[in-house]
Order: sequence, then C-alpha cells, then structure tokens
Amino acid sequence: MSASSENNGQIFALIAEFETPGAIMSAAEKVRDAGFKNWDVITPFPVHGMDQAMGLSRSKIPIVAFCGGLTGFTLGMSMVYYMNKVDYPLVVGGMPYFSPVFPFPVAYELTILFAAIGSIISMFLFNSLPMHHHPTLNYEQIEKASNDRYFIVIESTDPQFDETKTPNLLKDIGGNNIGKLED
Amino acid sequence: MTTLTDTVPANTALIDEARPADLPRQVLVENDRDFDWITNKICGIVEAKTPTWWWIAFTLSAFVSLFTVFGIIYLVSTGVGVWGLADPVNWGWAIVNFVFWIGIGHAGTLISAILCLLRQKWRTSINRAAEAMTVFAVVCAGIFPLIHVGRMWFAWWLFPIPNSNAIWPNFRSPLLWDVFAVSTYGTVSFLFWYVGMIPDLATIRDRAKTKIRKIAYGIFAMGWRGSNRHWRNYEMTYLLLAGLSTPLVLSVHTVVSFDFAVSLIPGWHTTIFPPYFVAGAIFSGFGMVLTLMLPLRAIYGLHDLITQYHIDCMCKILLATGTMVGYAYMMEFFIAWYGANDFEAFAFVNRAFGPYAWSYWIMISCNVIAPQFFWFKKIRQNPMIVWIVCIFVNIGMWFERFVITVTSLSRDFLPSSWGYYSPTIVDVFTYVGTFGIFMFLFLLFLRFLPLMPMGEIKAVMPQADPHHGKNHH
Repeated sequence: MSASSENNGQIFALIAEFETPGAIMSAAEKVRDAGFKNWDVITPFPVHGMDQAMGLSRSKIPIVAFCGGLTGFTLGMSMVYYMNKVDYPLVVGGMPYFSPVFPFPVAYELTILFAAIGSIISMFLFNSLPMHHHPTLNYEQIEKASNDRYFIVIESTDPQFDETKTPNLLKDIGGNNIGKLED
Repeated sequence: MTTLTDTVPANTALIDEARPADLPRQVLVENDRDFDWITNKICGIVEAKTPTWWWIAFTLSAFVSLFTVFGIIYLVSTGVGVWGLADPVNWGWAIVNFVFWIGIGHAGTLISAILCLLRQKWRTSINRAAEAMTVFAVVCAGIFPLIHVGRMWFAWWLFPIPNSNAIWPNFRSPLLWDVFAVSTYGTVSFLFWYVGMIPDLATIRDRAKTKIRKIAYGIFAMGWRGSNRHWRNYEMTYLLLAGLSTPLVLSVHTVVSFDFAVSLIPGWHTTIFPPYFVAGAIFSGFGMVLTLMLPLRAIYGLHDLITQYHIDCMCKILLATGTMVGYAYMMEFFIAWYGANDFEAFAFVNRAFGPYAWSYWIMISCNVIAPQFFWFKKIRQNPMIVWIVCIFVNIGMWFERFVITVTSLSRDFLPSSWGYYSPTIVDVFTYVGTFGIFMFLFLLFLRFLPLMPMGEIKAVMPQADPHHGKNHH
C-alpha cells in the first residue's frame, strides 16, 4: 500500500514498469550486464528466454524429482518384500514369496507419486512459497503484473544499489512509473 | 540469403519459386484479442454475479447427486443383495461405472500432459477444464470400488496398513495394483491441476475488490507474484509433472485392464486389453471434454478462445481413437478365431449374437460408426452435431465396459451355471447420481476457479514472443 509517496519506511526495492515482453527482455539483459544480483523480473506469464536474459542457471528441481522417484521405487519394492516375504509369507499358487515382477506396478506408481510430490514440494521450497507478505505484493500496481505489464524489481540489498544511480539506470533501459517498494 | 539475392539477382525469382510455401500457423486466439481482454474474460466469469442458469443447474445436480447418497445408504444398511449381482455375474454395474468414470478422466491428463510434451499449443484453452473433469471423474470412479467391496468399512484393508489380522495385502492381485494406480492418479491429477492454477489464482487475488475474496484466493495462490525466479522452477515442475503424468495415465488404464486380463475368463484373458483400454479411455474422455466445453463456449461466449480449430483438433482425436477402438474390436474377433480356442471363440460369437447382442451393437454403432462422421469438415463445423455425436460416444463407451464385464461372466465354461444379469433400480439410481456429483463439482469449479489458464494462453500468443514484430530471418 505504501509505495513511492511516504518515505519513512525502509526501502526494499525499486520497481519499474515495461510495456512489452521484448522491452522487458532487453532491459533484463542490461540489468544483468550491469552486474546486479538481488533483482527480479515480474511477468504475468513465463517469458521465453528470460532465464538467459537474467543469467539464471537451470532449475535444480529435476534432481529432487529423480531422488523422489528413486525413493518411491525402492520403497515400493522393499515394502512388498517385507510384507509378502519377511513379515507374513503369503503362499499364492505355490509361487515364490517375492519376485521383482509382480510388485512392479506398485513400485512404478509409487515412483511417479514420489517424484511428482517431490518436485512440487521442492518448487515451493526453492521459491520460498507460500509467502504472503512480500513487499512486491503490496505494490499498488501489482494487478498489472498478473495481467499485461512487466516489471523489474531491484532490491536495495544489492551491493550495486544506489538511490540515485539505480533509478536512472531503470529509466535508461526504458522503464516507466519508477517507484519504491517499502519493507 | 541477402548476400545471395544481392549478388545473383537473376536467381531471385527461382528462389522464391523453390522456397516452401509459408504455411499459416493456426490462430489460437481469434479476433486479435490482447492480454487484458483474456484476463477480463476469464476472471469475469468468476467475478460476475452468479447467473440464474447456474443456480438452476446447481440445484438440479445437487438433487441428482442425492440418488447416489441414498443408493449407498440403502446398500450399506441392507446388503449387496439390493444390486442385480447374482451368480455367475458378480461384477456388474459397479465395475462398469468405475471403468467408465476412470476412462473419462484420461482425456484431461492427455490434454494437460501428453499434448504439453508434444508442444500442441491448442491445448491451453481447454486443459484447465479438462483437468478439472479428470479430478471429478476420479472422485466419481472412486466411489464404486469402495462400495463394491461389500463391507466398505473394511476397505482400508486394501492399503498396506497393519490390521488386527496381521495379514498384509496380496500384492500379486491386479485389484491391489488398482488401489495404488488409482490413488496415485487421483493425487497427481489433483496436484497438477492445482499447481497449474496458482498463477491464475494470484491474478484473481490481485483483482479482488473485497477483503474476504483477497484472503480466500490469496491463501490458495500461495503468495505467487509472477517472479521470473519462481517461473523458472515453476515451469520445470510443470514440465516434470507432464512427463510424469504421461506414463501414469498410460499405466492407470493398463492396470484397470489387468483387472480383467489377468483373469482366466474367456473374452477377458487377452493381451490386447491394455492398449485397447487406453485408446478407449482417451476416446471417451475427449467425448466428455467436448460435451462439457461446447455448451460452456456458447454460454460464456468463449468463441475467440475455443475456436473452430480447437473443435477440429478434438474431433480428429475422437475419429482416430474411435477407429483404434474399432480396430481392437475386430482384432479381438480375429484372435478368437485364429487362436483356435473354443471358449474364446464362443465368448465373442456370444457377444455379437448372444443374449446381450443389443448392447454389443449399441457399442459398435456409438463407438465405431458415430465418430466416422468426423471425416467431414461440414460436420466438424457444426457444434450441435459434434455435441450429439459426443453424447453417442459417452453412451457407447459405457456400453463397451458393460459388454466386456457382463457378457463374458454370464456365459462362462459350464452351461449349467449360465445366467442373465439385469440391474436393479438401486444400481440405476446409484449410477445416475454420480452424474449429479460430477456436475455439482464441475459447477462449483466454474463459479469459483479460473476456467482457463490465463498465463498459458497468453504465453502461446504471438505478442508473448519477445521477438514479436522483429524480422525473423
């Protein structure tokens, strides 16, 4: 609620608005090249190629998904082994108590279940969500950010941040309505 | 390219002639709409005053869903004798309805997962509703195995939970695989649906005018703020979920078909069942998607988002899968003859010409003949006819499961034990009620949740391309 006008709070970041995906893309490249670290781009949909423009590495989620899948498969197989062979051997049609074949559907489904849950949980953890109190959410124009406008947020904690130079940089790269976000 | 034309101007005409024609990309959002229009259109559905038709439909579906509630109460208080099950047919409508509803759900996963992996951009405007359909269809499907176990207060014995008998489930049984397959399917489909909705819930939150609305949508939006650092992980998760749902959806109906195929009953014990069930499931699911989306398109005026191109694509998928199902019907007959097994041959002749021949021919005409109309562009362009054909597909796919389940059981190896199965009124009401439950949930979804993924639709529009308007060559 309390952006730009009142200045009694701590400045969290500067925010600038852009009109098109093309404009935000080239602006992001310039912010990246200027060497900023604690900054972000707010878009209503994932803009193709923005990760490279921001200089972000590939997401680590597949690693978690793989570990989840491996856990699920191992859990499925060992569960059946323990239950049908060790704890209560179950004689069915004179067949062996355990074989890797018949528990396969169970292990397979658990592989998928654990990989899916793993990737969703890690997505929330890596993104630090849910977080309902982020200063960006208090920005009065936030409605535009989930509709058809694009924003660059440069945080004051960035070592390069400067109260006079950074607004000029945002202006130079084509940003409009440059405002302040407060903590 | 420029250097070539500059240095050898005489060749320009030849190069233009030899260059492959620029095939126009199908427009996914018609009438040149902008992002703001899409946001207003989709959020508008949720934000507008509740329409009268919604209240009427909601009350009606709530009433119809009571049929299932009372059907189950009567079943539990009296016993499974209230159903039409009797030796030798001990799998009746309950299992038919279960397979029917699970099959319906498969199109939702196909649209959201497989078409995502295949980069079919037209999926974006229908995937949310189709995923909702999946989740609600699994809810309806889940009711039947639960009440079919007879003493449903022991249904938890199906799960590997220690019980007072100290016996674990038998993991060799396909019915137990089903427990894992369907519960995983339900969970993953729900999570996929929800994760896809988070950015749209954030849009509705940001637009909310009242405090309660802001908080309610805010909680479920998880504080999403469209940060690109988040989108990076989000898109990867979405892609992974699509990649995981694809083998999942194929495995679920495969495991469902194992319920039949792993037995020794003639007509069930066939290796064609898994692919045949999966094709049938996608066929029935697309039938249901169109059954739901065509009226929605008309009511909410979504013609710019669900274009003729979308309907065309879905009709073609119906045509392809319907023909695959027809091929499977033929191949079953061929193998029954070619396999030289008397019981198997009898089972199939009995299906087509025995006491249940009526149901077999309903199945053939609805599933194999009806979709053949989609060869004609004129028919695909008439939403009314498309909708009617889809109703036939829904009916036909229910009958397919009926034919498979009942004909084989009613005429097994010993003529002395043959019987004829008919449902009772309790069977009928319990089944009809599930349509009420399905519509009840779907109407709530329409009213409170974003019908289409706004972010995804925007992302496939030409304006979303950062190089839009620049020279591509």
